[in-house]
Amino acid sequence: MAIATDAPKPVFRLSQLIYDTRYRSYTIQVVVLILGLLFVSWLANNVIENLARKGKDIDFGFLWSRAGYDLAQHLIPYTNDDTHFRAMLVGLTNTLVVAIFGCIISTVLGVMIGVLRLSSNWIVSRLMSVYVEMFRNVPLVLWIILVYVVFSEVAPQPKDFKPVDGVAKASMMFWDSFAITNRGTNIPAPMLSRPLPDIGWMPTSFLAVLILLGASFWVNNSIRRRAAAVQEATGIRPTTWWKSLAVLVLPTLVLLVAMGFNLEYPVLKGFDFQGGIRLSHAFTALTLALSLYYAAVTAEIVRGGIQAISRGQSEAAFALGLRPGRTMSLVILPQALRVIIPPQISNYLSLTKDTSLGIAVSYLDLRGTLGGITLNQTGRELECMVLMMAIYLTISLLISSALNFYNSTVKLKER
Amino acid sequence: MADPFIRTQMLPPMAPPVRTSGSIAWIRANLISSWLNAILTVLAIFAVYQFVMLALPWLLHGVWYAGSLGECRDIIAQNFGPDAGGACWAVIRARWHQFIFGFYPPELWYRPIICFALMFVALMPVLYSDDPRNVGRVLIPLVLLTLLVLVAAGTPAPVFVIAGLGLTGCLWVGMRRPLGLLPVTLLYPFFTVWMLWGGSVWGVATALFGFVVLWAVYRLTSQRIGVVLATSAGVIAAAVWWLVIAGYAVDSLQAVLPFAITSVDSDKFGGFMLAFVIGVSSISISLPIGILLALGRQSNMPLIHGISVGFIEFVRGVPLITMLFTASLLLQYFLPPQVQFDLILRVVILVTLFSAAYNAEVIRGGLAALPKGQYEAADALGLDYWQAQRLIIMPQALKVSIPGIVNTFIGLFKDTTLVSFVGLMDPLRGVTAIVRADIKWKGIYWEPYLFVGAIFFLACYGMSRYALYLERKLKTDHR
Repeated sequence: MAIATDAPKPVFRLSQLIYDTRYRSYTIQVVVLILGLLFVSWLANNVIENLARKGKDIDFGFLWSRAGYDLAQHLIPYTNDDTHFRAMLVGLTNTLVVAIFGCIISTVLGVMIGVLRLSSNWIVSRLMSVYVEMFRNVPLVLWIILVYVVFSEVAPQPKDFKPVDGVAKASMMFWDSFAITNRGTNIPAPMLSRPLPDIGWMPTSFLAVLILLGASFWVNNSIRRRAAAVQEATGIRPTTWWKSLAVLVLPTLVLLVAMGFNLEYPVLKGFDFQGGIRLSHAFTALTLALSLYYAAVTAEIVRGGIQAISRGQSEAAFALGLRPGRTMSLVILPQALRVIIPPQISNYLSLTKDTSLGIAVSYLDLRGTLGGITLNQTGRELECMVLMMAIYLTISLLISSALNFYNSTVKLKER
Repeated sequence: MADPFIRTQMLPPMAPPVRTSGSIAWIRANLISSWLNAILTVLAIFAVYQFVMLALPWLLHGVWYAGSLGECRDIIAQNFGPDAGGACWAVIRARWHQFIFGFYPPELWYRPIICFALMFVALMPVLYSDDPRNVGRVLIPLVLLTLLVLVAAGTPAPVFVIAGLGLTGCLWVGMRRPLGLLPVTLLYPFFTVWMLWGGSVWGVATALFGFVVLWAVYRLTSQRIGVVLATSAGVIAAAVWWLVIAGYAVDSLQAVLPFAITSVDSDKFGGFMLAFVIGVSSISISLPIGILLALGRQSNMPLIHGISVGFIEFVRGVPLITMLFTASLLLQYFLPPQVQFDLILRVVILVTLFSAAYNAEVIRGGLAALPKGQYEAADALGLDYWQAQRLIIMPQALKVSIPGIVNTFIGLFKDTTLVSFVGLMDPLRGVTAIVRADIKWKGIYWEPYLFVGAIFFLACYGMSRYALYLERKLKTDHR
């Protein structure tokens, strides 16, 4: 009678750590971990040694000392007596304002160009192709510098606006409200003659307008929802456009009139323009160049998105009896947007990062304040660079998490 | 009952309808098919007209021979009246060499020229691996042009003969079998470094020998101990060679066989030469790193995955400018105090890391586009991880990601202009600033920027066309 023996007990041999796929991944990870830790400690050791050599330490305390430099463009109150930290915040707002304007203008332009590039009109589609290729294949810095140089070297001096013998060499644009001089672009400033009293540091009037606008949009949404419900029940959609218009425009208009909204125009006084808002050429050049450049990129994305929708979709929609406009809004766009929006958001991300190219025209954004003047004044490269990278990284991660959230909501649910 | 009518002779053929063919029909269909279209056409023609009326006189009045901007203006005013504007191309004539070579010594210009020509030779096996006819189409004009330019640059006769023989030999090999040029591709980086910076040939040779050591150790041991261990052993052996032995080897070889050419400092580099040096080296090094990062991101080992994701997201989250400032300000802090790196090398390292992260994302997209069945089939065949990657996964994934990779490269090449912010002389800002600071050319702006922009346009547009060609060639699916 044969005696059933147990299966041979698996003996763990050291070579299994390398040759057995069950254990190999642990071996590799442990080795990588050890190497990584060694590398990091080598870097840290070098940093400590180098700092000691230069007699420096790592201390972010400099952020609370007096900055001592002026910033012409500041959206939050700032004087040169404020701290480096506040200068950094001013720089951050300057970065964000260029990014926001750039995103808006480039989207509007880009969608228009992308759609026109698909137009059946030969001249127009060719022109748009030329535009797109021209901007995409030349470095962005070139556009920024070129716009800046043209603005500051071609634009007339303020004194040219003064009539000599009844004739001025230069004139203002748009019914005497715009003036481009070699010192900057003067535009009208929105003013309130009877603003709401500010509570602390909060700009109450501005917030009031924002809240009112939000409320109007909410009411408008509910009007549209109700119209949709009526359409579901009866098949007839009630006309809502005049209601929407009234709800969206009227309350804000009334509030603005009540607060005494008016425009303050720039006026030539003495040797320069007074009043209004002066946009520096650095700001104009950066915003304009970023917008034009990213409009070309957006146009390609939009074109790709629309072309990605197969012709069968629009043919099917026509077969169902939908008119071209409804076909676009109900069939093509919802599908095209799914293709367009992810690359478009990473496009916004690159635009935001590329605002740092303002260095080419000395625009004082985050890099110009924290990574520029503050860094040079305090000599704390390590702290400034780390802080600056952290801020840019935070902005990027915020935008890309918005992208991921959006992607998960619109993703096709398959199987 | 009447007979039914039956036609007995053919009708004469009618003229083709006017409205569906010919130029008039084309205009009707493409320019004025609707009111909106007609308005757009008119607007577009008006815009083109405005632009041409603005730019054409300026171009036509261009002056090529003048000593300064003021002279240019005088000549234009003399010839075309006091109010006429005109281009002053004389600045390009006077300063073109700075835009191209920076401050590289004029008597050594043949070196970057040869390197530039060899770049195309080295690219051939990669670009047209199975297409000898295209190799000929590119290389024949290139070789002729290079020889002409070499003559114009005043190349010493021996160098000229060697370069001509070498290029012709490459042409001969490449037109038979493009892959035969692969040794040129592999040697190219070392040769170029030696050519451009000059100095002793042994420094580069020993660096190259490190790779030979790596390869030899890998080949000897990979059968016995597996790919991963063999690669590690090879890397360790190469590192020992580079860090410990190479220094002595260079000195002793130099003592025995002193073979060196005039060395050129990094601060002489500038213009498009610098852009190409940084662009090409970063591009070629970043691709393998990008592939490794993409694989790391796909890995199911948490640590490897985490490191890859962290690196990629960090690099993609900060602007390139901060990376460049890191290269110029911070890299010193992270290295041992006695180590001093050349600024160009530091910039290349950071730019490489930057574009590696972008390449990794593009390749990850390619990997994700592969159906899972491909991985499973590779497993079923009993291939190990690296075999599966090399034979099954990567050929398909890289093919899918080629347009993205080329886009990254175009972006990287355009971004080489940013190196001017850390004090290198790129063609756009560095050299143009020098030219515009000259009292003779003060106030000039359109001409230098147009010149630089046109060259960038040619390079980037060429690359994107090539990507289109490749996409079409590699499209093996139906349709």
